[in-house]
Amino acid sequence: MIKSIKQTLGSLMLWELLKGMALTGRYFFAPKITVQYPEENTPQSNRFRGLHALRRYPNGEERCIACKLCEAVCPAMAITIESEQREDNTRRTTRYDIDLTKCIFCGMCEESCPVDSIVETRVFDYHGEQRGDLLYTKKMLLAVGDKHEKQIAADREQDKAFR
Amino acid sequence: MLNIEIDGKSIEVEHGSTIIDAADKVGIAIPRFCYHPKLSVAANCRMCLVQVEKFNKPLPACATPVADGMKIFTRSKEAIKAQQSVMEFLLINHPLDCPICDQGGECDLQDIAVAYGASGSRYTEEKRVVVNKYIGPLVSTDMTRCIQCTRCVRFLQEVGGMQELGMVGRGEHAEITAYVDKSVNSELSGNIIDLCPVGALTSKPFKYSARSWELTRRPSIAPHDSLGSHIEVHVKDNKVMRVLPREKESINECWLSDRDRFSYEGLNSPDRLKVPMIKHNGAWVETDWKTAIEFASGQIKDITNQYGADALGVLVSPNSTMEEGYLAKHLASGLGCGNVDYRLRQTDFRLDGKRVGTPWMGVNIDEIEKLDRILLIGSNIRNEHPLLAQRFRKAVANGAELSIVSPLDNDPLMDIAHKVIVRPNDMVNVLGQILKAMSGLQRLSLCLPPTLTKLLEEIKVRPNTQAMAESLAGHGKDYDLIAPKVGIFLGNMALSDPRFTEMYSMAEAIGGISGAKGGILPAAANSTGMHLMGVMPSSTGMHARAMLEVPRKAYLLVNIEPELDCQHAALAKEAMQKAECVVALTAFKSQALEHADILLPIAPFTETSGTFMSMEGRVQSFYAAVKPLGECRPAWKVLRVLANTLGLDGFEFESSEQVKNTIFGGEKPSHVVWRSLNNNLKELVEIEVKIKSSGLQRIGEVPQNESDPIVRRATSLQKTKYNIRPMARMCEMQIQALGLADGDIVLAKQDKGSAVLKVKLDNHVAMGCVRVAASHELTTGLGDLMGDITLEKSSETDYKPYDTLIMEARA
Repeated sequence: MIKSIKQTLGSLMLWELLKGMALTGRYFFAPKITVQYPEENTPQSNRFRGLHALRRYPNGEERCIACKLCEAVCPAMAITIESEQREDNTRRTTRYDIDLTKCIFCGMCEESCPVDSIVETRVFDYHGEQRGDLLYTKKMLLAVGDKHEKQIAADREQDKAFR
Repeated sequence: MLNIEIDGKSIEVEHGSTIIDAADKVGIAIPRFCYHPKLSVAANCRMCLVQVEKFNKPLPACATPVADGMKIFTRSKEAIKAQQSVMEFLLINHPLDCPICDQGGECDLQDIAVAYGASGSRYTEEKRVVVNKYIGPLVSTDMTRCIQCTRCVRFLQEVGGMQELGMVGRGEHAEITAYVDKSVNSELSGNIIDLCPVGALTSKPFKYSARSWELTRRPSIAPHDSLGSHIEVHVKDNKVMRVLPREKESINECWLSDRDRFSYEGLNSPDRLKVPMIKHNGAWVETDWKTAIEFASGQIKDITNQYGADALGVLVSPNSTMEEGYLAKHLASGLGCGNVDYRLRQTDFRLDGKRVGTPWMGVNIDEIEKLDRILLIGSNIRNEHPLLAQRFRKAVANGAELSIVSPLDNDPLMDIAHKVIVRPNDMVNVLGQILKAMSGLQRLSLCLPPTLTKLLEEIKVRPNTQAMAESLAGHGKDYDLIAPKVGIFLGNMALSDPRFTEMYSMAEAIGGISGAKGGILPAAANSTGMHLMGVMPSSTGMHARAMLEVPRKAYLLVNIEPELDCQHAALAKEAMQKAECVVALTAFKSQALEHADILLPIAPFTETSGTFMSMEGRVQSFYAAVKPLGECRPAWKVLRVLANTLGLDGFEFESSEQVKNTIFGGEKPSHVVWRSLNNNLKELVEIEVKIKSSGLQRIGEVPQNESDPIVRRATSLQKTKYNIRPMARMCEMQIQALGLADGDIVLAKQDKGSAVLKVKLDNHVAMGCVRVAASHELTTGLGDLMGDITLEKSSETDYKPYDTLIMEARA
């Protein structure tokens, strides 16, 4: 009896509508959390695992010594390395390819690297327009490294205590 | 037998064995670096320390003989503590550069450090640095990584025969080094790479090209000498990256000669022929297989129709597989042509038709080390069969007496009891002397055939041959043997000598009288197999030499470079020039094939399946390790298709196994081999012992790294000291007798051809001889390997640098 009176009163006074409007109104005036990509970016961890890069030492020498540990550890078999003896008798890569269509961004390559050469950067918004664009060669990876070296070095510095 | 207990397991071991042997027997792993079952015990790495009951300190398992009732603990608290401590000491000076090191992934130190070492390092002080040594073009050094196990030192001393490495300094200053200004020149040097438990000695040609875990390992058989060594071909991306030995105790043990180990470089040479080529108006034109085969068969058909089947000559390399040899022979016989031969470096064919069976080495390879008396005739054993020499070395170390009859006095790196160094022509006489001396010995005064007895009357025995005969009969320096195990072997120089028949008959007679085993040491991987299958002229056919002396209209060459692989280079060149059509099945484009008309690219041993038969009659088949390069095809397929195109019957083979089954008539190969191998002669040949010629004689030895087309293109082997420009090498007396001096330039003339050479003093050469290396671009103008030669003084201007000469020849 009381229940049906309550229901009739509620529907006459559009109570549920007002309740819904109140919720809408609360969110309407609340601060917005939508990120306006690409104008804005979400915050990233210094351990973010994005696009790969090959690093150099400050004197310009490439770090990679072609030990092939990353190639061996890669669970997706995305890395292909060929090596040779360079003129100065050091072991160097002649080919360092990462097939980003195979890569699962697990970060094991970075973890296995004894010289911090292959790293994953904060870059995630790269793209390819045709087949093959996402096969990154040594040259491309070194270019990524050169471009972001400052950020890469800063991230590694920040994480030093845990490595 | 002694009863001992290791880690609670009780076992019975032989008296005198060590703890490590016993543990290996029951499969208990004891870590070790310096211990190697084939080398002497050094016990200097201390890694194999184990706890033994009733001893108050750990004992090295490799150097402790077991005693009855011994209780050994390899994983007890004390043993683990000892192992961890040793590991810590070893790692003090070992750099932690595993990612750079080529040994990484196949390193004993790496594995044992993980398994037996402590988890962390306490060492913070500086590490020592040792300067790298240059020890030759094959072995790369990184001496800072060395842990002084001295395996390399012991290997070169005990197995290689010469101590070329040694350890100097003590404690932290101890380092392995070669002699001042000397490299490691052993022809077995590659084995120290395998022996090194760390990355101090690594392979130079392989350096930094791949990691051990990337390589696929495929078994194969070594194709360069007739030992038939087992090898493991390491492959990456369809390319042969390196070759390692595969353990086979009865053949190569765990070793491999440098020639077999590093020859793979030739397989990846830029000289490789990838597509069929036809010579069109003097220029090479690339073509497809169909055109090439049809053109080749058309040419062969035209010539055989026009001049008769006899106008064709088929020369097969003794390094080809049995399948290739069989098909080449049957292709020829299908055409009605009997001119087939594999004996390219032989001149004396008088034994044809006189043999009971196929000549072989007469003993098993692992029996050599058990021989008591050895006679080597005309063999520079280290050059011809580098790894077999090691077995002889073992025999000598076991107390065998080695006698040598040869025109060369090269050091075999083992003790020689008796030697006679004479001109090749006089070797028959020397063998006659030995035979006569032997028949004069009381115990051996047997009846010789009357023909021989009469012959021996004319021979005067000299003291050194008398001593040699006594040695072979069992009289020894220290003690006499009543029934010594004697082995008599004829080497390459005897095989290519124009008087081989006489030497062979004499050797057989000596063998008969002394109860010796033995036979020939054929040079190439499949010489014995080729003979077994009868890849030889039919009764009306011509042998290898006659085919060149009386040029044929057409030649079919299987896997050979005529000028470099034939006995008479100049003759081979001329015959190829005169021929109307030369069809060459070859893996390489070559200067030596410039007179060919059709080049058909065939697959070398790593790219085809096939069978080799070793000198001891072992039939060993192998599969392809990689896919054929470019348009190359296995030679057996090429021969089959060529025969099909020629319209011959009986060539419907689908696989090389089918060919092999046909060769052995469906029987087990060993049955056929057992029936066929026989060194005896049906009848004695006429022997002339008194020939004395005064002229200068050439000793045309084939250097070990020039023996076949693959080796000739192995760049690192070509840089070793065995590969120097051919020179006129003579002993001091001979140089003086000719009025020359060391370093003079001479014009060497043989038959019609000549070569400009530098005189080199070499006291290892017999008087009356001049040693001029064969199988070299610079000596292709010369003739017989063991023939007469004249030297004329020439001027310095004729002697051009090697590079210029090659450039001129190629232009």
